[in-house]
Order: sequence, then structure tokens, then C-alpha cells
Amino acid sequence: MSGWFMVTLVGADRAGIVAKVASALFEGGANLGEASMMRLGGNFTIMLMVRFGGSVKQLQSLLDNEAESLGLRLHVDRIEGGLHRHHIPDVRVTVYGADRAGIVAQVTSALAEAGLDITDLQSDVGGSETEPLYVMTIEGRAREGIEALRSALEIVHREGMDVDIEPIETLIG
Amino acid sequence: MAVFDILTYPDERLKQVSEPVAAFDQSLRDFIADLEQTRRTGPGAVGIAAPQVGQFIRVVIVDVSQMKKPVPNHGYLVLVNPEITEWEGYALGREGCLSVPDYTGNVIRAERVHLEACDPDGNPLTFDMEGFEARAVQHEMDHLDGLLFLDRLVSRRNDLFRRKVYKKS
Repeated sequence: MSGWFMVTLVGADRAGIVAKVASALFEGGANLGEASMMRLGGNFTIMLMVRFGGSVKQLQSLLDNEAESLGLRLHVDRIEGGLHRHHIPDVRVTVYGADRAGIVAQVTSALAEAGLDITDLQSDVGGSETEPLYVMTIEGRAREGIEALRSALEIVHREGMDVDIEPIETLIG
Repeated sequence: MAVFDILTYPDERLKQVSEPVAAFDQSLRDFIADLEQTRRTGPGAVGIAAPQVGQFIRVVIVDVSQMKKPVPNHGYLVLVNPEITEWEGYALGREGCLSVPDYTGNVIRAERVHLEACDPDGNPLTFDMEGFEARAVQHEMDHLDGLLFLDRLVSRRNDLFRRKVYKKS
């Protein structure tokens, strides 16, 4: 057991994928670290930090059969990994409104320029086909304070998106 | 004064339900002084509960008066045999714990609570609390019933959106 790898699987969603993938890794002698699974627009996606003593090829071969039978595309990278690298966010930004092209680029660029290090970003599209609704939540660390973020998103608000920015005060008790 | 060792998850003792304090004596007050010393020695905790140091009695300390961004508070509080008698509203907040190092997560708590307790001499206390102070008290009181914030985690993706206050027109 030495190296860390990032395993990424993408494909059509179906029941039982996670159990099959996790079992194949466990039976092959790999250990899991952090993982994040999401369904995006009906597609299954998962990223798994995997600790494994062999090579990229050997790890890939552990999952090749499962990936093929489940119709998933598999990707494996060697990474600098480890546990316990959590960054505690101090601000949450929510942006929502009628969907339009370029909103993520505009918002994240403005926030980056105003000193936000993004630790988590999620977005959803809802509403109807003709009137899609876009919701994005971002958590991060505001290096230059929250007011700087507020000013940076003023233009997004003027263009019709609703913007909420609130501090995250982490309680330790 | 002494600094206690903090029990950390998955120590089974953290799941124990604590007993009410019956004797309001000097040994209780000495223990509370050491508990506070332990809280201050740690990494900036706004509260601590007796079971976190292996004493299974219903005592918590909460102090949110020193926050970087000030919040409504009642100052330094020692709460013996605390009970929440009323809850109102709910809010999502991020919590960590001395007993769960290097991990924080989102938890839903009541926004406002009414609290009854005793001070270290056995005198009755009542408080109406809101926001961060109410959250801290709920977090610490959970320890008295063998619960950690891990027992109340909500999903990163599917947590509840904060309910807005509806303005009267």
C-alpha cells in the first residue's frame, strides 16, 4: 500500500454501480479515501481516491470488467494524495435565476478576482424546457473579505440574477 | 488547575447518556474550573461538555462572547442539568467538535431555544437564545445524551435551503 490514485467513472446511471465498483476495488486489495458521487443530468459520475500498491495499469485492470459490464468510462490517474486536507470555508454564495450562457464563467471569474478560493461548487438546472432555472451554490474562503465578493457580484445582480452571500461561521464545541 | 484529555470518536464512551448533577458542592465547582481550563487550552472551542473529558454528568460550558464577528450572547455560561423546553425555526450551520478532529459538516439546529438550567451553586437559570449561541448550546447538550454532530449531518448537496422570513406587506 503506497500510492494514491484518482479513479473517475462516468456513464448512464443504473442501480448498484457504487457497490459493484467498491467491491471490485476491495477484492483487488485497494483502499478508498474520500469519494464524491453525483448524478448530473441523469448521468452517473464518481470520483474515488484510491490507495493501491500497484501501477495505474494494474488498478485499471481491477475495474475494467465492471466498468465494461456497467457501461462506464473509466479513467485512472496517479495523484499526490492523503487524508486530512480539509479546508474550512468561511462564505457561501448562492446565485440563482433564469438560465443563460456564461453565468458560471462570469460568476466564478468575478469571485476569483475578488479573492475567493472555491472549496465547493454545485449547480443545478431546474424549471421547464422553455424557461430553465439555474441555481449555483459555492463555498469558499474569502481572502479579501465578504464585502469584496458582494461588490464583485453586483453586476451579476444588476443583470437579473439573485445573489445571496453569507458568512459560514464554523462552530467548534 | 488541570487540563483533561479529550475523548475522541470512535470512543464508545461518547455515546453514553450522562447523569443529572445531584450535589452542588466544591468538587463540582473544581471540576468545572478544570473543564473550562481544558476548553481554553484547545483550538478555540466555543463550548465543552463534561462527557468529552470522560465525566458523565450533565454539565456544559458555552461562551460565544469572543467571536470575531459578534453574535447575540449571554456571555460565559456554565449550565448544570440544562433542558431545552422550547424550540423554534431551523437553520443550517457548519460544526466541528473537539471530539472529532479535522472534520466539519453541515447540521440543522433550532434557530431559537428557551433553556432552563442551574448554575454551579444550584440556582435556577433561564435563557432565551438565538442563532450561534443557541446552536452552541444544542451541540454541547447533545453530548449529554451521547450524540455527536456526526449523528445529525446533512448532505452537502441536498441540505435544506434556509427558510426566508416572509415580509409583511
